[in-house]
Amino acid sequence: MDVLLTPSGGKEHLLLGNEAIVRGALEAGMAFATCYPGTPSSEVPDTLYRLRKQFPDKVKYYFEYSTNEKVALECAAGAAASGVRTLCTMKHVGVNVAADPLMTLAYVGVRAGMVILTADDPSLFSSQNEQDNRYYARLSGLPMLEPTGPAEAKEMTTYCFDLSEELGSPVMIRTTTRVNHAREAVPFVKLGKVKQTSKFVKNPMQFVTVPAVSRNLHLRLLGIYNQAQAISEKSPYNKVVGKGKLGVITSGVATNYVMDAVADLGAKSKIKVLKLGFTYPLPEKKIASFLKGVDKVLVVEELEPILEEAVRALAQEKGIAVEIAGKVAGKVPAKSVDIEPPAFFSRAFEYTPRLVRQTIAKYFGIKHKDTAELNLAGMPTPPGRPPNLCPGCPHRATYFAVKEVAGDETIYPTDIGCYTLGVLPPIKAADFLICMGSSVSSSGGISRATGQKVVSFIGDSTFFHSGITGLANAVHNNHNFTLVILDNGTTAMTGHQPHPGVNTESIGDSTTHIPLEPLIRGLGVQHVTTIKPFKVRSAKKAIEEAIAFEGVSVVISQELCPLFARRVAPLTKRVFQVVEDKCKGHLDCIKKVACPAMFVENGQARINPLQCIGCALCAQICPENAILPVKAEG
Amino acid sequence: MSTQRIVFVGVGGQGNLLASNLLGQAALAAGQHVVVSEIHGMAQRGGVVESAVILGDATSPIVSNAEADVVVCFEPVEALRILNKANKDTLLITNTRPSPPFTVAIGAAAYPKPEDSVAFLRSKLGKVIAFDGQSLAEEAKNPLSLNMVMLGALFGAVELPIDVKTMKKIIRSQTKKRFAASNVQAFDLGFKAAA
Repeated sequence: MDVLLTPSGGKEHLLLGNEAIVRGALEAGMAFATCYPGTPSSEVPDTLYRLRKQFPDKVKYYFEYSTNEKVALECAAGAAASGVRTLCTMKHVGVNVAADPLMTLAYVGVRAGMVILTADDPSLFSSQNEQDNRYYARLSGLPMLEPTGPAEAKEMTTYCFDLSEELGSPVMIRTTTRVNHAREAVPFVKLGKVKQTSKFVKNPMQFVTVPAVSRNLHLRLLGIYNQAQAISEKSPYNKVVGKGKLGVITSGVATNYVMDAVADLGAKSKIKVLKLGFTYPLPEKKIASFLKGVDKVLVVEELEPILEEAVRALAQEKGIAVEIAGKVAGKVPAKSVDIEPPAFFSRAFEYTPRLVRQTIAKYFGIKHKDTAELNLAGMPTPPGRPPNLCPGCPHRATYFAVKEVAGDETIYPTDIGCYTLGVLPPIKAADFLICMGSSVSSSGGISRATGQKVVSFIGDSTFFHSGITGLANAVHNNHNFTLVILDNGTTAMTGHQPHPGVNTESIGDSTTHIPLEPLIRGLGVQHVTTIKPFKVRSAKKAIEEAIAFEGVSVVISQELCPLFARRVAPLTKRVFQVVEDKCKGHLDCIKKVACPAMFVENGQARINPLQCIGCALCAQICPENAILPVKAEG
Repeated sequence: MSTQRIVFVGVGGQGNLLASNLLGQAALAAGQHVVVSEIHGMAQRGGVVESAVILGDATSPIVSNAEADVVVCFEPVEALRILNKANKDTLLITNTRPSPPFTVAIGAAAYPKPEDSVAFLRSKLGKVIAFDGQSLAEEAKNPLSLNMVMLGALFGAVELPIDVKTMKKIIRSQTKKRFAASNVQAFDLGFKAAA
């Protein structure tokens, strides 16, 4: 039995923030969950998926990996409008994809609790930007809560279902990587009762957003704001800690840094902290009374100055003459990750306990000496260790074949997934990337505007997520480029989640498989070929023909992700070795593809047998035929 | 109670996150306040993996530059890369067996000699424990148990508010059954190497 399914409460368990959110949803009796995976949110849906699969008799919720975040949110909206408690999870940029339904879902509301998780990623550990999704609460009008760690994340998740029902509105929880991927002791309460099904009760005046309806619904939303604000004023998640005439206002993970700083500075009797957890609508009365009780205030929040601006506006409105500081407009940090203290706070990157401590000490004039950083001059330079495509990754073979055919001059728009690592040398097949699906659509723009040759790359899951509409556009508007779909049969980057193109029978799921080739032909693409990337010669020939085709051509490069394949069945191919007598040390095998299983010894290529999985790509590159399978023992 | 900030660093596949998670579980079992933080996403693709375990009163899940009390390194050049977390009083424990990145294989970067790396570490820090942890994992007949060796070394070298028995109990109950015995053996070998 999994600890997350413990029926009773009372005990504490060490949980990852994302597992804590799952437990919180289960304690609330969640009946329905949808998502599109993405770091740092992925362990929420992955845990829901795993529990449902391992304990089908114990688990009472419906769960799906949806094709993208917009679909996930709309599917969830349908369930919540029908009256079952629903969770919908995504990473911060996923909310952009879901922004269309989000804005109007806020108008129509829900009939049972609905919680939307947005997992933000300050410092861009695994994302293309570090946008601050607290703005989405303000843009949509949906209430938002921000936990400081796993224990609070669990408690808030449960609470948000109740709050959502009280308001008839979805509620957003906004986490950041350091909450999602922290572990701490989380006290359990008992699992909630699950209302699994309901009946959709028709009410077009609430759920069909023609202008005449939506005008009223906008007023409804404004009313909910007032109602939510009254709750926020009394919320135990918005509270003053400590005493003194110096004030700090903070929210989210930064709250921890502030509390530790106040303790480290021995300033518990000088600094009073207003900790905000229910952050939209803000508890204006509580903030105003806090401002009146202090001489000066520092606002500590990662990313955008959202609290700070609200606090400044409030002070002006209420005529409270108190000095307020936070971020400095126009100040750009000198380099990534570190911002040089003792500046005021930056709008870029996550904070650290040290940075927050130093800034608080400086602003309030508290004497404090931090441990000195080491002088690292003269340190042997550590070689770079960027993440790399795995040994035997089929993407490496596809990239090799395409580069052999199309060279360095061709423009290579790419997309989001493991294969984005193709940007690194020696592959260097990535020239343009802004978001999921941008490979396909931007290819049309680049080829039209320049007449240059364009070959773009997209993964199978990303193609279903947001490549299909771009491809329809390209066919319809007679664009001219080749799209290579890197079909590894899974969503590899985020942890091997299924998607519509996956034949999930092998992993025991009963979802329906949508094969790529007929789909693409159905979109009107005239030149479609499916290749096996480890058959290098035939792959190159097919790619050559596809590129020669005038118009939109698609190459589906089909080979399972070996990490995923290994889960389904043991890998059985023989590993390869370099025959020392034959290797002349051209090192083409290493220079062209940089497989992590290969290294150089005495000027010759070598293969680490523990890492090689026998994909045979290097053997097909070697001009001396010096790379051969290791003979079976015995 | 004072705070102990422990940073783990290694390379994808070395089991760094399992080590910090098990230490966190042991801390909870021992009734200690603990916060663990991890960076996910790149572990399976050969990148650097870092995690932190913070014991004591602190609530922050991460360790700032110059503020680690202990740094446990699974790979010698990663010990260099993580050195910004250390100050002169930090205890650093490192495995000395190299795991060169592909940038070295393709000739884009050079791999410093482990003895040079260790000498630099010793020149900056008062306390450095360096040993071939990988050979101890192999001695335990479980090459993947380097994480247990390094966890054992941590317990051997540092006074923690968690007793060794509790830690081993967690290792036995939370790691795969067929590796449980070799994991505990690896832990013991690491303990002895650092004690």
